[in-house]
Amino acid sequence: MKKISSHAAPAAKPDAKSVLKPGAQVIVDTLIDLGVDTVFGYTGGVVLPLFDKFYDAPINFIVPRHEQGGCHMADAYARASGKVGVMIATSGPGACNLVTGLATAMMDSVPMVALTGQVRTELIGNDAFQEADTTGITRPVTKYNCIVKDIKDLERMIREAFHIASTGRPGPVLVDLPVDIEVAQIEMTGNPAKLDLPGYKIRTKGHARQIEMAAQAINEAKRPVLYVGGGVIISNASEELCTLARNGNLPVTLTLMGLGSFDQTQDKSLDMLGMHGSAYANYAVQEADLLISVGARFDDRVTGNLSTFAPKAKVVHIDIDPASISKNVHVDIPVVGDAKVILTELIKLVKHQDRTEWFARIAQWKEKYPFAYNHDEQGILPQYVIDELYKKTQGQATIVTGVGQHQMWAAQFYRYSRPRQFISSGGLGTMGFGLPAAIGAQIADPKDLVVDIDGDHSFNMTLMELPTAVEHNLPIKVMILNNGYMGMVRQWQELFYGKRYSKSYLKNPDYAKVAEAMGAVGMTVQNKADVPQAIETMLAQTNPCVVDFRVVAEENVWPMVPAGKSLNEMDGLNILERLI
Amino acid sequence: MKHIINALVENKPGVLAHVAGMFAARSFNIDSLVVGRTEDPKLSRMTIVVIGDDRVVEQVRKQLAKIVPVVKVQDYAGQPVVARDLMLISVAAPPEKRPEIFSLIEMFRGRVVDIGQKSIMIEVSGPESKIEGFIDVCRPYGIKSLARTGTIAMPRRNKAE
Repeated sequence: MKKISSHAAPAAKPDAKSVLKPGAQVIVDTLIDLGVDTVFGYTGGVVLPLFDKFYDAPINFIVPRHEQGGCHMADAYARASGKVGVMIATSGPGACNLVTGLATAMMDSVPMVALTGQVRTELIGNDAFQEADTTGITRPVTKYNCIVKDIKDLERMIREAFHIASTGRPGPVLVDLPVDIEVAQIEMTGNPAKLDLPGYKIRTKGHARQIEMAAQAINEAKRPVLYVGGGVIISNASEELCTLARNGNLPVTLTLMGLGSFDQTQDKSLDMLGMHGSAYANYAVQEADLLISVGARFDDRVTGNLSTFAPKAKVVHIDIDPASISKNVHVDIPVVGDAKVILTELIKLVKHQDRTEWFARIAQWKEKYPFAYNHDEQGILPQYVIDELYKKTQGQATIVTGVGQHQMWAAQFYRYSRPRQFISSGGLGTMGFGLPAAIGAQIADPKDLVVDIDGDHSFNMTLMELPTAVEHNLPIKVMILNNGYMGMVRQWQELFYGKRYSKSYLKNPDYAKVAEAMGAVGMTVQNKADVPQAIETMLAQTNPCVVDFRVVAEENVWPMVPAGKSLNEMDGLNILERLI
Repeated sequence: MKHIINALVENKPGVLAHVAGMFAARSFNIDSLVVGRTEDPKLSRMTIVVIGDDRVVEQVRKQLAKIVPVVKVQDYAGQPVVARDLMLISVAAPPEKRPEIFSLIEMFRGRVVDIGQKSIMIEVSGPESKIEGFIDVCRPYGIKSLARTGTIAMPRRNKAE
């Protein structure tokens, strides 16, 4: 076990004089000392002392219209920047509204710190006004949470929260702050508090013998596949991954969360695998004799039927979370540690092998079953809109999504070439993630081109955040692929429920008017011929812009591995075959 | 198969809830869970008896270790341990039956801790099988009520020591 370095970086200042500060000031000063320059938060009764200290703090403070939105903003800010996202909410309803956002960040291993106000310590447990058992409610959806009961612990607990959130397998951490702690005075010496986490150990360096075994397995493999997840992005290991694939001559398939970690325009890319992954990735995994998983967790949307997943393959699993290893799939060679550190070691041992036969086979699958759509369709196909966006942005935009069909098409028809380019709720599948996430990503990099490819009903869930984007002059672009349906639900109802579209069709507002009423630019596109121009107009906007594309209503995402089927039992291949 | 898992945890509020919540959330079955203080006031020891195959128990162990205030996790499966339960049992004991009950208590090395007019309370400790055995022999007399701790355990010292 390697000793972890302390987040409390600056050395003690010997000449620092002690000063008396209220807890709220301690919090703000500690955030600044930790390098926080952006905070998302919504005020309320018991966080008034804290918000008062933000009145003149050198921090870019973004107030969402709902705490859930703020939580997604902080989450996407973290995903886009690699820094810790910070969200503040009041007690009771404010804290409760964070739950969806925290669970989203938890499932996708996003470093976040949530600070919540709490009623006065002596009122806790008395069903006080706006009291909720915040630590109790959020325990299953955070990596760690705690409540500060003594002002003496405050600074240390804030520092611990940042340390836990940002190290190992990252995740959201919540610190609950009773209002009396915010106002209590404490003598601050100027020396950062020391962390006290005897139970928190992280293994970053992989076991040397395990790495040797992995390298040997790779060198001996005839039909290897690198199966890469979001861990590579979190670990900033894309360069190492690319070197490994090149030096070892290995094809690479990505999970939804892994998109961006490997340049998909390269020959070795098999694109995404899984339920709506590429046929060539799924066939390759099923035929592989070695699966090298890096920073992925064998999610059911990736594996399909577990008992028939990669049946011929020996499995190497590189992950920082020991609990991910052999959780779903038996692993032959586990390597616990940080992806970047391990890949760096692995590269030294992996030799170039001629795999002409294997790549030829993959090329056949690629040729036979590419992602495709009907170019002759009269109406606007959602895939066509994304394809056009891809061309018009030269594949360089940061893409954010909601959840559903549009998300899968965004994963299939936009190809990603850099880490943190694709931001989406993978694990939890949170509808409504798109708009607030676009705001968070744009705030992380104001110069970036951020496009939210959204569904109409995903957008409906959080569209009240549009004024937040307007208020901060964020040039985000929202493309609503509007089919009137909850598209993915409708697809399942079509395929598995005899086209009984139960409660999956709702009346939508006129999004262009909604956008305009909220101070953004709004457009509606009804004709296919207008799509390219509309995208150009959208890209030229410097204000938030919403484009409502009225797309063909009953288009399906193909291929599809039905739930419980093996990866090679894909539906829709006949449709893809007809299209090329 | 039953596994005895031992977790050294920080003595902080919320740790028990975290551990119990994790078991519930991941559908792991707890046979018993005992928490108590240790020689170090900052640490508590949890002894958890889990039923499951090796794969499940490995996940239990890893998921426990992942909880931040959990300092150390050990699975005692396959190593010699001393494992004990403690029971208080109140048995219907009319005067004429008392001699035979007393002899049973002696056989099980229990102790009478309270005597009433119609019943007696007995304290028994030992391996789970012994506790179960004592309950069985008490049943014909009529068990008024009983309370048991779960299992606590410690590994035996190495022979080399």
